[in-house]
Amino acid sequence: MSERRPVRWHIVVFLAPAVIVYTAVMILPLFATLRLALFAEVEQTRVFVGLDNFRTLFGDPRWSASFWNALGNNFWFFAIHMAVQNPIGIALAAILSSPRLRFAHLYRSAIFVPTILSFVIVGFAWKLILSPIWGIAPNMLDAIGLQKLYAPWLGLESTSLTTLALISVWQFVGIPMMLIYAALLSIPDEILEAGECDGITGLSAFWKIKLPLILPSIGIISILTFVGNFNAFDLIYSAQGALAGPNFATDILGTFMYRTFFGFQLQLGDPHMGSAIATAMFGIILIGVCIYLFGIQTRLRRYQF
Amino acid sequence: MKPNTLGAALLGTTLAATGATAQDVTLTIESWRNDDLAIWQDQIIPAFEADNPGIKLRFTPSAPAEYNAVLNSKLDAGSAGDLITCRPFDASLALYEAGHLADLSDLSAMGDFPDVAKSAWQTDDGSATFCVPMASVIHGFIYNADAFAELGLEEPETVDEFFAVLDAIKEDGGYIPMAMGTNDQWEAATMGYNNIGPNYWKGEEGRKALIAGEQSLTDEPWVAPFRQLARWNEYLGFGYEAQTYPDSQNLFTLGRAAIYPAGSWEISGFNTQADFAMGAFPPPVPEAGQECHISDHTDIALGLNAASPNAEAARTFLNWVGSAEFASLYANALPGFFPLSSHDVQLEDPLAQEFVSWRQECASTIRSTYQILSRGTPNLENETWNASAQVIRGAESPEDAAARLQDGLASWYEPQQ
Repeated sequence: MSERRPVRWHIVVFLAPAVIVYTAVMILPLFATLRLALFAEVEQTRVFVGLDNFRTLFGDPRWSASFWNALGNNFWFFAIHMAVQNPIGIALAAILSSPRLRFAHLYRSAIFVPTILSFVIVGFAWKLILSPIWGIAPNMLDAIGLQKLYAPWLGLESTSLTTLALISVWQFVGIPMMLIYAALLSIPDEILEAGECDGITGLSAFWKIKLPLILPSIGIISILTFVGNFNAFDLIYSAQGALAGPNFATDILGTFMYRTFFGFQLQLGDPHMGSAIATAMFGIILIGVCIYLFGIQTRLRRYQF
Repeated sequence: MKPNTLGAALLGTTLAATGATAQDVTLTIESWRNDDLAIWQDQIIPAFEADNPGIKLRFTPSAPAEYNAVLNSKLDAGSAGDLITCRPFDASLALYEAGHLADLSDLSAMGDFPDVAKSAWQTDDGSATFCVPMASVIHGFIYNADAFAELGLEEPETVDEFFAVLDAIKEDGGYIPMAMGTNDQWEAATMGYNNIGPNYWKGEEGRKALIAGEQSLTDEPWVAPFRQLARWNEYLGFGYEAQTYPDSQNLFTLGRAAIYPAGSWEISGFNTQADFAMGAFPPPVPEAGQECHISDHTDIALGLNAASPNAEAARTFLNWVGSAEFASLYANALPGFFPLSSHDVQLEDPLAQEFVSWRQECASTIRSTYQILSRGTPNLENETWNASAQVIRGAESPEDAAARLQDGLASWYEPQQ
């Protein structure tokens, strides 16, 4: 008889710290929030109300108007990132990976540095730069004779959200740049040389060889941008406050949730409605990630070198 | 051996901690007034501790915007301090009803406060008072007196004179007529709508009628202040849409703007920042000779955490907060925060004297949105911020803004339905 397989305790022991910490700080709070959304406070006691909070959130004209406004703004915020941040990130990475570029390390660090700055610093610095009173933006435009183009962008309903999205792009453009840069460096020279033999050089080498090979990285970046944007809160809060002015033009799901959950000024906090919004956010992000995982990622072709 | 050492160390710190509290009771004060930290530490706390050996005080403020959220979390977790600085009306009433604030009706110092002073910290029927009133703030306009002298202007008394003064400053071009922005929204409501409004809705008369449902926000007295606000934007600085509250303060104290729609809490800051003479005038009345009304808003009070283990010592301190000594100390350390007790307090600051003198000439009221009307969702006060800023920006007409506020209020407040 062969000896019984010993229980492999070391697997449990090695996994335990990560599992315990992750469960305690991520999984339990997540389910606690989902559960909280099913309750409401009536006469100082917490009672189970089922899906009533969601009925209010989507059915009550005021709540649903705020929710759809925040969701719409969130999609615009995401669209700007996808349309501006990621193409610029890819272009920067392509330029940086060119062997003839001098001072590549310097540019790479300079572009990446804002990513590690705190949101509060970024929000405050840009508010000062764009300030109509003390800012350097009006003066700089004045110096080149374009002062007419200046407007108090952060204070206008029509421009504030786009301005904030572009500030966020400025801060985070280093992330797609770094990821794409790493992907570009991992493309073996033989492939490019083989292409050269077939007469594919320069820009067409980028479009025909490099871009298809970095598509999986672009997919990852898109999903990171999606999750990051729909969880965004800090920049809006530090630049515009919890009321996300002017007239809720910069209100996104994160600020809407914060205002509802913790209350604001005379509005008392309502953790139950706040959790309902948090749950809706969770659902939206989950759907987005699923679409990516099952709809896009499985169709992306991967190449092994 | 290791766990034992750790256990011993923990035990040691626990003993040390209890050792310290055995001699002195330390009371911790929760507050949003982080600007006042120095005044509490240098003046108020030493004055109290000198007379009351055995009671130590610790003032631990948090940021104003986060105070309510932080305090609620701390109270729920049982880690809040012994003394709670009370916001007026519903924020504190909710804490009392949730059992977080103790009933202080029987405190002897309560006798020294008139009913209107206590109204912000009472149950709706007035049967229980749960915070000792500390101070009120008065709204009006602070102006650059040097600029007024230079341009030969006088304090306006009526709305027409007010706009004539603004036109004259605009004409001259040397100063921005009025320093206010709409970026932070609340100034538009607090220093705009609720500053000039009481003259139109006749102070307490209109405010109570609104609560009783006899007037509505679409009535002329409540729309007229919005009409005046809609005219303000011509006189605000370039890019006022993105101008923040600190921007406005700096514009005024740097001498670049002539008039600042103010709350009296600005006085101490402006005294240290501005190097020109300042004056103040109450909100101008619509017609000459009309009775004037000012917003004399009950703003800050101190309550007792019902879960405090040091209730006795805390009550001793609260009685002292209701005393003439505290009133005089606080009012003079913080000019612009006016005592609410009936003690006769001498103010030294001339600008603060000017503000408080209006109490004799004009009828006092409080901000219209604070009592009862901001209890539901949508919240009238927060909606008024948005509406006032929208009207000043010209993005919404006064009538539309008023109609929107009325719809919101009527959606949950029965007397208005």
